[in-house]
Formats: sequence, C-alpha cells, structure tokens
Amino acid sequence: MFAYIVRRMLHMLLVVFVISLIIFFSIRLTGDPVSVMFSTGEASKEAIEAVRANLGLDKPLPVQYAIFIKGLLTFDFGESFRSGMPVTTLIMERAWATLSLALGGIVVAILIAFPVGILSAVKRGSGVDFFGRIFSLVGISFPNFWLGIMLILVFAVYLQWLPASGFDSFQHLILPSITLGMILSGILARLVRSSMLEVLNQQYISTAKSKGISEWSVIMKHGFRNALLPTVTFLGLQFGSLLGGTVIVEQVFSWPGIGTLIIDAINQRDYPVIQGGVIFLAIIMVVVNLLVDLSYTLIDPRIKTGKEA
Amino acid sequence: MANVQSTPVVEKQKKKSGAVKFFAFIRNNPIGVLGLLLVALSVGSALLAPWIVPFGPTDASLTARLDAPTWQDTTGESQYFLGGDQLGRDLLSRIIYGARISLMVGLFGVLISLVLGTILGLISGYFGKWMDDFIMRAADVQLAFPFILFAIVVMSVLGTGVWKIIIILGITYWVGFARLIRGQVISLKEQEFIHAAKAIGGTNFTIIRKHILPNVLSSIFVLGTMYIAEFILLEASLTFLGLGVDPTIPSWGGMLADSRNYITSAWWTAVFPGVAIMLTVLGFNLLGDWLRDRYDPNLKV
Repeated sequence: MFAYIVRRMLHMLLVVFVISLIIFFSIRLTGDPVSVMFSTGEASKEAIEAVRANLGLDKPLPVQYAIFIKGLLTFDFGESFRSGMPVTTLIMERAWATLSLALGGIVVAILIAFPVGILSAVKRGSGVDFFGRIFSLVGISFPNFWLGIMLILVFAVYLQWLPASGFDSFQHLILPSITLGMILSGILARLVRSSMLEVLNQQYISTAKSKGISEWSVIMKHGFRNALLPTVTFLGLQFGSLLGGTVIVEQVFSWPGIGTLIIDAINQRDYPVIQGGVIFLAIIMVVVNLLVDLSYTLIDPRIKTGKEA
Repeated sequence: MANVQSTPVVEKQKKKSGAVKFFAFIRNNPIGVLGLLLVALSVGSALLAPWIVPFGPTDASLTARLDAPTWQDTTGESQYFLGGDQLGRDLLSRIIYGARISLMVGLFGVLISLVLGTILGLISGYFGKWMDDFIMRAADVQLAFPFILFAIVVMSVLGTGVWKIIIILGITYWVGFARLIRGQVISLKEQEFIHAAKAIGGTNFTIIRKHILPNVLSSIFVLGTMYIAEFILLEASLTFLGLGVDPTIPSWGGMLADSRNYITSAWWTAVFPGVAIMLTVLGFNLLGDWLRDRYDPNLKV
C-alpha cells in the first residue's frame, strides 16, 4: 500500500513537471510582452531593455525556467507583468469564485443525474428509460457556453428572475452552475444507470426482495449504496474537465474566476499569470485524481495496488 | 451477425417487399435513423452550401443589421428567414456555410487521432514491454491535462486557424483510441487463431493486418463517430473564446461569440447557430450510440 502511494505521488510529480515544461516553453513563443506593453512606440530602446531586464526576460530560457520551477516549489509564481501584483495573490483572490462554480456544477449534476439514472435503471426498457437515454444524449450534445447564453436569454433578459453576470450573491451562482453541471449530468446519468443495473442483477438484491423488504428500500439501501462507488470515482476523474469547463462558463457569465484571469492574461501577454493560472488548475486536478485513486483503494481493498493492468 | 440467423428467418425476410423492410428498419431503429437524418442534414448543407444558400454568407448590408427573422418581422423589410447579424449578413446562409467548418474539424481531426491512436494502441498492446509502458505513461500525462487548458495555451501561441485546431485535436485525442485498441489487442493476442497464425510462420505485420485489425475495426468506428461529435463541440468552444477558427470565416462558434453583445436586442443571433451545433452533434451521438448497440454492445465509451 505504502509503495503504491509513493509510486502514485512520483507519477503525479512527473505529470506536473511535463505540464510545466509545455506551458513554460509554449507561451514564450507567443510574442514579446514588452513590445506589446509599449505598442504605442513612445518608449526608447533603453527604457524597453530596462523593463525587460527588470522582468527577467533578458536571461536565457533555461535560467528563466529554473527560476520558474524554484518559484513553483515555494508556490511563488512571480509578479504580474501588468499590475505588478504577486500572481499567487491574484490566483487566490479568484480561486474561491472558480471553486464555488465547480462545486455548484457538481451539485447540479448530481441533483439531475441521480434521479434520472436510478429511475432509468429500475424501470429498465420503459418509457422512462428511453427518455433518460435521450436526455443523456441531448445533455452531451450542445456546447455548455450555448446553454449559458440560452439561460441568460430566458432567465435574465426575458423573465428577469436572475442576474446575467457578476459574483455578489447566491442568485449569481445559479445560472453558471446549471450551465456547468448540465453537460456532466448527461454522462453521469448514464453511469448511475449502468452501475445500478449491475447491482440490481446481483443475488443479494433478489434475497433482500424475497425477505419482503419493500422495493424502494431495496433499491435505495442495497442498490444505490453499492452503485455509489463508481459514481464518486467518475466525479473525481471528471474534475479536470469540469475545471476546463469553468474557463468557458466564466467567459459567458463574466465570472471573476481563474478562467477569466487566464484569458485576460493571454490577451495581455502576461506570462507569469498565464503559467501560474494554468499550472494552478493542473495541480488541483492532478491532486484530486490522486485522492480519488487513493480513496478508492481504501474503500474497496479488492482493488489491486500492485502493477496496474 | 446475419449469418448466425437460422435459414427460416432469412427466407421469411426475403418474402417481404423492400418498402416494408425499410419501414420496419425505421421502426426498429428509431435512434439510428434519427441520427442518420441529422448527420445527412449537416453533411448535405456542407456539401451543397454554394448552391442552396439564399444569400452570400459574407454579404454585409448596412440596412439589414440585426433584422428580425421574416416570420417575426413587423416592419416587413426583413428578407432573412432566420434574421440578420450585427453586420446585416444572412444568418441562415452563414449557418449553412458554418457546417463546413464543423464537419471539417470533426472528420479530419478524428482521422488524425484515429490513425495515431490505432498505431500506438496496436504497438502498445501487441508488443507490450517497455513500449507499452512508455506509451501508457504518455497517455496518463495527456489525460491529466485538460484539453481546453492545453488548447488555450497552444492556440494563443499559434493564432487562429482551422487546420491548427484540427491538428491539435488530432494529436491530443489519440489516447482514447490507443487505450481502447490496446485492451482489445491484449485479449485477442492470447486467442487460438493468433497462436495458429504465429505457428504457421506469420510475421507480426501480417498478423496485425490480417487478424487483429479487422477485429478491432468496429470499436474504432463507434469511438470515431462519438469523437466527431466531441470535436465539433470543442472547436465551437475554442472559437467562442476567440482561440479557434478565424473570425472572418463563418463558423457556428464564431457566430455565437458575435451574438453575445446583441443578446438583448436580437435573440435569433444567439439561438440558431446553437441549434445547428446541437442538431449536428446530437446526430453523431445518436449514430454512435446506435452503432455501439448494434456492433459492439460491450464497449464502454
């Protein structure tokens, strides 16, 4: 078990290292940030060189990368080229907005997917099941940003029940969460259905039924609890694409999260903010994946911790 | 599967007329037929675009800016069936042309990832050992990095462009094909007919080409169909963020990005391009779902 944890941790470090390499070197090809900052053309060559030296851009790339990695280890991503604020501060200011959006998305996905998935499995082959299947397919068939625009159109523009953008109250969280959670709920409902079906065919379900326990209590107590494990794993593994999804949903709702921070930084060639933001999201994701893997082996010890298949 | 059926059933089917069989097929496969129809609709639009569009997709008209759809119009001046955009261009014509971009990204992107993933999956599953280790570690790293983040970083370097998106999608989505094929090859490898082929002196290349590849083809097609749907969505998302297709080319994602500023005054600019995306993607998803049930029921994708 211990060796397994160590191996998983080493693997996690490798992943973070490769991601840091990709991000660091690719964004340094985007163009010269200093020339973008002085695009009006008033500054002298000396002034531009001074700014470049001040930002550390005059050093060779490997040196810049070494500085970046050293910062990464101490959770210090340098300062924003634009505002001069420490990147860590900028990220931390925004982390709560992104995190609450991601959690809101998960809650919405669960609220929709569990009833649909369970009903589809229990009433297998019926109209409910067919509807559930169509729902799942439709759920993964439109871009989430379009759903967001449609929700704004209906609930903010026409009905004026909910705000279209901003981050001040619980009301502001509703539309973005639905937007983010909807896509996930389509896939999740299918997973809940298939894991419920697997469990409902087991002998102990028939045994429980033959003992005279009511149908729903068998389904919920014996069926649902055993179908929960794959669902939790799935949610953990989907956390990454959920974070990726927040980047787009944040754009639609002008949500002040890490996604908007990154997109704004790209437009301004603000390297430290781009690399800090993307690395931060990547690290959260990798850590969540690791935790899910580890908790899975704790909950169900039958899962092999030896060489992976 | 047809040759499994007993002879009497086949004879019975022969007696039925073509039309009866056709309608029976529709009734028995509503999901597959609906999927096919939707896919045909978008493929037809893409192929026939120059001949079926009512207006030029890039013809701007100052007087037709944000014109309402004809059936919604109260002024009686609008000529556009689905309305006009912020530059007075016909939405319907732009949507029809937009199908070209979406399908191009879907088809060519999947083609690249399919070829790449199949080759790597075959190598990984068939030869095993260090090559398998290496390819699967690379797959893990790839999966750990959300595509959108990767694409945002890379596209901001390269700038917008259809082929750039196609290549990025192609080289990042090989993992799904590789894992799928690797798993199937590993179980196929131990079967009698492969051992027999080896025993009579078949080379690795012949065995892969003649005995392994035909057995994994159906899974490849099912996953490929579903990936087309996913690629269309990803392209639209990137274009919406301004990191995808060039904004001067009519594309569904680009049209939605434009619509954001006019959502309060011109709902049609935000609704119809999204409907086009949804119908097309739904078509490929329905088709993939149906193909899986029919040819590969055990596949988990």
